[in-house]
Amino acid sequence: MSAVAREALDAAAAREWLRGFAAAVAERSGELTDLDRPVGDSDHGVNLRRGTEAVLAALDADGAGGAGGADGTPGQVLGAAGRTLVSTVGGASGPLFGTALRRAGKALGEVPAADAAQVAAALRAALEGVVRLGEARVGDATMVDALDPAVAAFERAAQEGAPLPRAARAAAGAAAEGAASTVPLVARKGRASYLGPRSRGHLDPGARSVELLLTALADALGADALDARAGEGA
Amino acid sequence: MRGLAAAHPELAVDVEARVVSRAGGTRPGKVGLVSGGGSGHEPLHAGFVGHGMLDAAACGAVFTSPVPDQVLAATRAASGGAGVLHVVKNYTGDVLNFRMAAELADDDDVEVATVLVDDDVAVTDSTYTAGRRGTGATLFVEKVVGAAAEEDLALAELAALGREVVERSRSFGVALSPCTTPGSDKPGFDLPAGEMELGIGIHGEPGRERVPLATSREIAAIAVGAIADDAPVGGEELLVLVNGAGGTPLLELQVLAGDVHAELQGRGARVVRMLVGNHVTSLEMAGAMVSVCRLDERLLRLWDAPVATPALRWGR
Repeated sequence: MSAVAREALDAAAAREWLRGFAAAVAERSGELTDLDRPVGDSDHGVNLRRGTEAVLAALDADGAGGAGGADGTPGQVLGAAGRTLVSTVGGASGPLFGTALRRAGKALGEVPAADAAQVAAALRAALEGVVRLGEARVGDATMVDALDPAVAAFERAAQEGAPLPRAARAAAGAAAEGAASTVPLVARKGRASYLGPRSRGHLDPGARSVELLLTALADALGADALDARAGEGA
Repeated sequence: MRGLAAAHPELAVDVEARVVSRAGGTRPGKVGLVSGGGSGHEPLHAGFVGHGMLDAAACGAVFTSPVPDQVLAATRAASGGAGVLHVVKNYTGDVLNFRMAAELADDDDVEVATVLVDDDVAVTDSTYTAGRRGTGATLFVEKVVGAAAEEDLALAELAALGREVVERSRSFGVALSPCTTPGSDKPGFDLPAGEMELGIGIHGEPGRERVPLATSREIAAIAVGAIADDAPVGGEELLVLVNGAGGTPLLELQVLAGDVHAELQGRGARVVRMLVGNHVTSLEMAGAMVSVCRLDERLLRLWDAPVATPALRWGR
């Protein structure tokens, strides 16, 4: 978690984001797998963790990134992580989460430090990539139910001039609400859809992972530091 | 995989990439047949690599589809210059990873066509969902299309043949006990003694309905009934697979096979070929799946054609 609020997403912040996501997945791997049990095949946490550990290993092996250095662009960092996820996770999560990061990285292009509007555009590109590949829409009880409102919340906050960390915190909050919204839904995509009405009453594990991803972004950008400062000022 | 390699020198086993292919590669001019999927379904798919069936198989983690790199490696291993056919079970993960691999193969100028297997009648099909699962009919497709590939049919014809086999096939499964995915500390579902799960898939995922345990004859009636409700079997000549989920003794599968045979005959179908055994499994799950394929003369001939793989072997 960044102790200072960041004004832009640079390569170092992108690395911190990915490290934070990997830590969250490692910590909650069991929970994610438990969520997958009633609706899927009990492996979401295990699979995603295999991918985030590979991302960590790549960050460590990459000299510039190893020490959390600022080399490269955030787009390169996210693109490389996305390719690693595609190559290591398997299942549906690998292509979907991997595509999300690859598209986000591509949308950032060569910018060395992305502002709130640029990050918003990157998140929008991630969502579009996921929707195109997975062909899921809001209400299908998938990761899109968390990602779609999160992107919208980020864009809204950015348009209203909120600082980058606060926009990310808004996105994380919307992702959490979106994940919770999958509970009463009957799944129409992914493995949970085979259950028909029996898929009702369960939180979608992929949506929960999206919540972890965006919470890690808010943490890496120092949203809490910003809030603490605001508290002191009051 | 090392065990497979030790027992079958006629196979090339890449333990690192987790790809199994025929040792000699694919004969020039023959379309390569590639399948793959999560592990835990053995002998599917690696056990079906050999003459008359697959040219290569990509083995993912347990119940997790292989990644695009693996499918691409299998595709390259199976490419003999006449194109490669992917046989893909209809699960979101498999579909996405094979699609990404097909795009990568296109960069290599390897032409790829795909047959999607979705035979499980327990899943209500709808254009708004992921659709039906691929289960036992995968074996039918791999065997029939594999035989046709040995006869040097072109890629587009093989793809059409594969789709025809899928269209003619239906499956329905029942679990008597669940299985536990490695890395998870609990079974995929809790199933009290005295109950069974109807309409299961092949990944330890729960089915559509739970009912009191029934006799083999009653299970046969439920499975055949579900299949016949979807595609009438009366008057048809059928290929039937009574497939064990992994933890059910062959003795019990044979009992079920007898009851399935009687149930189908009672409905006016003629069972012309029957295969009984553990072919598409779900780790240690107890239970069985019934798959049927409506045959015609050509499909019967291709089913009977010689095959020489670790798990299926006849006529040679």
